Amino acid sequence: MNAKKSQNKPLFFFVNEEKEALFSKKNRALLKDPLDDNNPITVQVLGICSALAITVQLKPAIVMSISVMAVMAASNVIISLLRNLIPNRIRIIVQLVVVASMVILVDQVLRAYAYDVSKELSIFIGLIITNCIVMGRLEAFALGNGVWKSFLDGVGNAAGYGFILIVVAFFRELLGSGKLFGLQVIPDAVYEMGYVNNGLMLLSPMALITVGIFIWLQRARNRKLIEKN
Amino acid sequence: MEAYFNLFVKSIFIENMIFAYFLGMCSYLAVSKTVKTAVGLGLAVIFVLAITVPINFLLDTYLLRPGALGWLGSDYASIDLSFLSFIMFIAVIASMVQLVEMIVEKFAPALYGALGIFLPLIAVNCAILGGSLFMQQKDFSGVTESAVYGLGSGIGWLLAILAIAAIREKITYSNIPAPLRGLGITFIITGLMALGFMSFMGIKL
Amino acid sequence: MNRDSNGYTFLFATIMVLVVASTLAFTASSLKGLQAENVRKEKMQNILTTIGIETDRDQAESLYKQYIVEELSLTHTGSVDTQTDAFTIALNNEIKKPVAEQRFPLYVADVEGKKFYVVPLRGAGLWDAIWGYLALKEDKNTIQGAVFDHKGETAGLGAEITQKWFQERFVDEKIMDQNGQLVGINVSKTNNDPTNSDKEDHEIDAISGATITGDGVTAMIAERLAHYLPYFSKEDTSLVLNN
Repeated sequence: MNAKKSQNKPLFFFVNEEKEALFSKKNRALLKDPLDDNNPITVQVLGICSALAITVQLKPAIVMSISVMAVMAASNVIISLLRNLIPNRIRIIVQLVVVASMVILVDQVLRAYAYDVSKELSIFIGLIITNCIVMGRLEAFALGNGVWKSFLDGVGNAAGYGFILIVVAFFRELLGSGKLFGLQVIPDAVYEMGYVNNGLMLLSPMALITVGIFIWLQRARNRKLIEKN
Repeated sequence: MEAYFNLFVKSIFIENMIFAYFLGMCSYLAVSKTVKTAVGLGLAVIFVLAITVPINFLLDTYLLRPGALGWLGSDYASIDLSFLSFIMFIAVIASMVQLVEMIVEKFAPALYGALGIFLPLIAVNCAILGGSLFMQQKDFSGVTESAVYGLGSGIGWLLAILAIAAIREKITYSNIPAPLRGLGITFIITGLMALGFMSFMGIKL
Repeated sequence: MNRDSNGYTFLFATIMVLVVASTLAFTASSLKGLQAENVRKEKMQNILTTIGIETDRDQAESLYKQYIVEELSLTHTGSVDTQTDAFTIALNNEIKKPVAEQRFPLYVADVEGKKFYVVPLRGAGLWDAIWGYLALKEDKNTIQGAVFDHKGETAGLGAEITQKWFQERFVDEKIMDQNGQLVGINVSKTNNDPTNSDKEDHEIDAISGATITGDGVTAMIAERLAHYLPYFSKEDTSLVLNN
């Protein structure tokens, strides 16, 4: 990562950042790029594990996307605030500790004051802390950029992640169990004609193949992303 | 001795981190373009797993588990520090990874460049944390068992990434449509390999 | 101070550890009371659900006191240990002890004259622990209701054991065969009984894609129920001990 001369930089941020409009072109790009050009899952190859585990149904996929967005926005901001203070040698540990503590704190508070919500989210807790996207963006962006930009980057990447999650979950739940959000969508008449739910879609290997097909379509549409071998 | 061997084989094939539990996918998919980098990362993963699982086992047994602090004195036996498990495991893993990163940067700078962001990402590699969390769940009777498990899981991960890297190297000469080339076809092949590995699921050792 | 010097690194690390540790410890300890309350009420709520009393957590405590008439702590020989409080037994620890040392909680309920026995369960799913409660009717054979929960099963697959539609499958199934032997309930892929009308087959449909979690449920029921047979047979001599 960038080695910076830290002696003259102020410890906290705003003073030295260039004056830039809050939603300037570059800042808007931070929000837009991860949806397609720089998608965390299909281009940066981060966050795959949860994309497989959480996309069996639409509802958990959406809950996870929102949770990840909250965690990424918060951790990007915190690390960006501390970026001139963190010693290089222990930066990974610091990043992890920040993310883990934040998630655990939220979990503890939920368990006391909103027990039902915490039960729904408890399985996601572990998956969020180890989500490579969170740590990946901290390393690649928040450590070297200002607070507002880091915030946007966190939100943008989480949106790109959520987009893939929702698309994959949509097809997996629809084709795998004939439902969306737990409500039956394929009419009984179709089942009586002989249609059977594709149980294979519920299993992780199919999630991998679904993402593979999505990448195929994405790159066919956006030829910039095709790998040059 | 037989129990160790069974555990070893189980952790490599039947409970393969990649194909059975789908942990550690990000680095697996991103770093498998060539066999050389795949082996490099795989060895790093084995090293980290083989060391962090036993260390975390000791931490869990003597510090974190409810009642673990009993060796300090009986009034400490009621303390339950298990809510710290996550952070402590991650701290141990992150320190190990930082160590590995320094070693690789010094002795194999080309590998360091090739691995890029995925070397520090070993710290969050779900497979490594998964190894420690599964260890906590499986209730091993001793440090050696946990070490065998860690080593086996790492070797399983290496075998998986080696297989996909070898396939990817071979298919660079195939006529794959451009948008599917590279990452897309890798996802699909991994899915097919995972389907194959599901056949191991029913085996009881 | 130079950010990359040893001294600074050490200082930063120390401060970070202190801040994080104290914040987490402070939060955990100050919230512990509330969290424990929630868990306690949820336990009561679950036990009530198995005997057919649906309630929210706030009313769970008063309804629990009303319907649960006995909390027994049993030994492996079927005798009652009056020194141990059954409700506070933590199954996750208890289950690791040797059988001779374990205490098995049993909740006896009385709903409008009908007696029910609620057995707590605990076992292993695919990723982590699964647990639940099984309510048996007075004959100690027919299931009145079941409730399951888990720590980390896959959302949409193993996690579905918490859903009513899965738990309902257990209602009226029998855990013992004609000869009084304990067979438990098999969460099976080969049930061949789509409407679940055969209540003597000791089988219910598994969840697609959640085979291992389902197997965990089967194993959990069989393992835990076996420990209650000594007590049940003391109450009813027609039951056969099946250790």
